[in-house]
Amino acid sequence: MATTYSLISSNVLSSSAASVTFSSIPSTYTDLVVRVSGRTDTAGQAIDTIQLQFNGTGGTAYSYTRLTGSGSAAASSTGSSVSVINGYYVLDAATATASTFGSVEIYIPSYTVSQNKPLNVIGAQENNNAAAYMAATAGLWTNTAAITSIAIQNGGGNYVSGSSFYLYGIKNS
Amino acid sequence: MTNAIEINCATGEVIERPLTAAELTQREADAKAALDAKAADEKAAADKEAKRLAVYAKLGLTADEIAALA
Repeated sequence: MATTYSLISSNVLSSSAASVTFSSIPSTYTDLVVRVSGRTDTAGQAIDTIQLQFNGTGGTAYSYTRLTGSGSAAASSTGSSVSVINGYYVLDAATATASTFGSVEIYIPSYTVSQNKPLNVIGAQENNNAAAYMAATAGLWTNTAAITSIAIQNGGGNYVSGSSFYLYGIKNS
Repeated sequence: MTNAIEINCATGEVIERPLTAAELTQREADAKAALDAKAADEKAAADKEAKRLAVYAKLGLTADEIAALA
């Protein structure tokens, strides 16, 4: 049976970092999956936003639509012509329950084809509190280049030690 | 110091380096955008709650009755 889901690379932080970038991503797969277990040190916040940028390009080529729910309220918003894709409220931050991490999956289909790159970000924050968020974000990078690097940032803090980042490649055969 | 981690998938090399000045500037702008969105969410939720309470008030419900409906 063919191996269709392969770990390309991973990193578990041993010290804090503002961003984690997977570079020189091989073009031998059809889709990419990024899995993150993340917590940031953003002060005064229980939740944080994961931010994605491709091939080191910022500018205005990104857009997104997101839905979030906190357990008591739902919200949605869109962003266009922005410099990153914001996956809102899927990371734990400084005031969330200690030693908890948000869990996130990012799916990027057809990352090498010459067309704009849609993706989705789905995740849930973990918090032993009445308010705990989950969110789904549809994102688009308006660029036809193959994705060769993925920068995983956050809403202004640092990913804390123990946050983990896994990049998988998926083949269709 | 604020660092970035770069993992080269071809070689397995992991580099830890300080953010550049441009990256720091962009990071601040991105963080502000994220905070602005969060504030907008909170305002929308507060506005919705205020409207809900206003409807109950028009119906003549007491605070206890409103609480019972929550």
